[in-house]
Amino acid sequence: MKSLLGPTLATLSVAALLAGCSSPQHQEITVFAAASLQPTFSELGSQFEKDYPGTKVTFNFAGSADLVTQLKHGAPADVFASADTANMTAAVDAGLTAGEPVNFASNTLTIVTPPGNALNITTFADLADPGTQVVVCAPQVPCGAATEKLEQATGVRLTPVSEESAVIDVLGKITSGQADAGLVYITDASRAGSRVESIPVPESSSAVNTYPIAVLAESANPSAAHKFVELVTDPRGQTALTAAGFGSP
Amino acid sequence: MTAARRADGLIQVAVPTWIYLPAAVGTLFVIAPLIAMLFAVDWAHFIPLITSESSRAALILSLKTATASTLVCAFIGIPMALVLARGNFPGLAVLRALVLLPLVLPPVVGGIALLYTFGRQGLLGHQLDLVGFRIAFSTAAVVLAQSFVSLPFLVLSLEGALRSAGAGYEHIAATLGARPSTVLRTVTVPLVLPGLISGAVLAFARSLGEFGATLTFAGSLQGVTRTLPLEIYLQRETDADAAVALSLVLIVVAAVIVIASAGRRLAGLR
Amino acid sequence: MSSVRVDARLDQRGVEFDLALEDGQVLAVLGPNGAGKSTLMLMLAGLLRPDHGRIELGATVVSDAAAGTFVPAHARGVAMLTQQAQLFPHMSVAANVAYGPRCAGQSRSASRATAQHWLGAVDAAHLADRRPAQLSGGQAQRVAVARALAAGPQVLLLDEPMSALDVTAAPTVRRLLREVLGGRTAMIVTHDLLDALAIADAVAVVDGGRVVETGPVRQVLASPRSEFAAHIAGLNLVAGTIGKPGRLRTTWEVEVFGTGEVEPGTAAIALFRPGAVAVHLDPPHGSPRNVIAVTIAELDVRGPIVRVRGIDQPDGGVGLAADITTSAAADLDLVPGKTVHFAVKAQEVELHAALPAIP
Repeated sequence: MKSLLGPTLATLSVAALLAGCSSPQHQEITVFAAASLQPTFSELGSQFEKDYPGTKVTFNFAGSADLVTQLKHGAPADVFASADTANMTAAVDAGLTAGEPVNFASNTLTIVTPPGNALNITTFADLADPGTQVVVCAPQVPCGAATEKLEQATGVRLTPVSEESAVIDVLGKITSGQADAGLVYITDASRAGSRVESIPVPESSSAVNTYPIAVLAESANPSAAHKFVELVTDPRGQTALTAAGFGSP
Repeated sequence: MTAARRADGLIQVAVPTWIYLPAAVGTLFVIAPLIAMLFAVDWAHFIPLITSESSRAALILSLKTATASTLVCAFIGIPMALVLARGNFPGLAVLRALVLLPLVLPPVVGGIALLYTFGRQGLLGHQLDLVGFRIAFSTAAVVLAQSFVSLPFLVLSLEGALRSAGAGYEHIAATLGARPSTVLRTVTVPLVLPGLISGAVLAFARSLGEFGATLTFAGSLQGVTRTLPLEIYLQRETDADAAVALSLVLIVVAAVIVIASAGRRLAGLR
Repeated sequence: MSSVRVDARLDQRGVEFDLALEDGQVLAVLGPNGAGKSTLMLMLAGLLRPDHGRIELGATVVSDAAAGTFVPAHARGVAMLTQQAQLFPHMSVAANVAYGPRCAGQSRSASRATAQHWLGAVDAAHLADRRPAQLSGGQAQRVAVARALAAGPQVLLLDEPMSALDVTAAPTVRRLLREVLGGRTAMIVTHDLLDALAIADAVAVVDGGRVVETGPVRQVLASPRSEFAAHIAGLNLVAGTIGKPGRLRTTWEVEVFGTGEVEPGTAAIALFRPGAVAVHLDPPHGSPRNVIAVTIAELDVRGPIVRVRGIDQPDGGVGLAADITTSAAADLDLVPGKTVHFAVKAQEVELHAALPAIP
């Protein structure tokens, strides 16, 4: 019966296509990662696609809290990498993760100034000098939480002129010459290159943000997701992270 | 089916029945998110959430800066509207288009532009800095950002009112002996007061909700530059309930303004 | 009050005016639509600036293009009244009338007293506390007159003040103007003959942006020289050249005999009343009458009289008119489009020299 031929052929081809898609060659994964991981993870994503031809890695870089909110509201993703343990805990508590998160990197703060360091800042305490316009992250975001820890560790209370919601905005105020100094991650400073001057803070080791990564429960491709996590935690991933300025987990 | 009547009693002839369906859909589209917010609020903790120190500081700052920027818009917007409505010189049309630019610019772009003008190393900012006027990170910067994005609303509304009022009464006033300043004060402005007020209300509402330009240009510090929208943006990170509660406050304030101005506008039109 | 002298040109509007008004004189300005009458008013008021020429109000030169002088509207002492009363809607009637005195620097109480006085003069004292939106057209125009006079102007300009009023309100305002304009220097633009007769001392006819005819009211209306004045005066006007004495030849080769001494060879006009015209279906023979063939354009019944108006004359002149009785019209079975013959005795036709042609 001719009338059944068409639909039958169509169904068979779709089935073949789907069968083909379930092999590792044609897999797509979506990775939600903290904004500070952008250059490194993008690089690792390309590496992943070379290692497993036919795969495609899509990234969503944003503030960690934002990512958790999106995941809670049903955004589809396979992997989540957070800039601190607090946000990963929130994700775990919401039942979003599959299995235990793994710590893969850490980040510490550094002082940055516009090129020239006009006010000749050398220590953390210099930031509290009257007349110095300092910009930091707000306590509600991971880098801001680290800043507070740093204040406690050094005993120096800062009076910033602005508390930004994203570390990239802090960096922006330095590179545009708006402020005298700011506190950002070491990775941000190295990314900014010659647009800022970095002044290391010895006490920063007491305010470390640990970065965990986890496969998500709703992942459509758990095997590919696990392979990505492996890449991040294996020597190649670790080398890339260290090169960007991240510390060991 | 009984024929529908208009407000003045005449039969409604221009609104076919099927129009009500897409109109209803549109209304639902606007109202549904508001209703969703009402359901999302943590009512048990609502009062403590909106009366916390940071929330109060943000609300008061928002009201103060929105008022200030509305006044700024009025001071510079009224002369601009007059020139655009009554003036006659080459390039007038281009000037009008430029004045309306902030309407179509993404606010963040506006903020960047303000930064490069009034920032510490900006075109004018550098000069002002040398004289001792530091705008960066101050409440003045917030007012500047809000004025920049709200000005077109006031100018547009007022220019329209001036055009429809026409210059007839102004000519009569002149022949009766009124100097141009007197004509402006006693005839022109009183006649366009409804248009001026509705323009000011729009500008106030826009200033209240301003976010992108403020964030980029003024920074974020409690009591100084962290207006209500910025506070909501920050609370999102750790306390979603607080963010929702404050959002509801902003919605209610905006609704009150809009409803109050709508009543006034209808009265002015009569 | 003061005299007015205008000798000015404004190219943008295609007007060139040359006229004068004596102190205390009221001039009616007649003319077809678009003739430039409003432009004249606006130039006098100081709301339009002439390209060339001068305007003088009394001893002051308020506008001199060559010298670059221009006195702005608020300093001229010229008050204007327009078709729409244009009372300031956001002020009470009393505040409107007090506006001029307040601008002149009078105190609030003094200007209020002045306003009271003028409102009384126009019989509108009881309207003092009302808002303009609550007034009828006639009431508003009366208040506008009070407002203009309260400003103590040197010259009053009235731009068709009765045009927007209905038949019951117009006569009241006309009577009022007749009273208050006595002895004032004023210029009134009007379409209505009654205004000219009732209010004005002299008449100026404006056409194509020029003054084509001026003179005392009765003289111009009795012996109009221009098309428009003739039309307004209800007289028939035929233009042509004098061939032999007493004979006018039109450009379409019709001869009209009439009375009046005009040099042969000069351009001239023939005037005659519609009432002096008899209408015939066929050209009448054997009488010393002028006979002109006319195609009927319209029939206008005015009580016992029918005005038969013809289509425009071949040289563009307004169609000729004849007044006949309704019974005569019925007998003749007249309809628009029919060609009839107008007959008028030579004694009923006046010949006059035409006005100089407009350059």
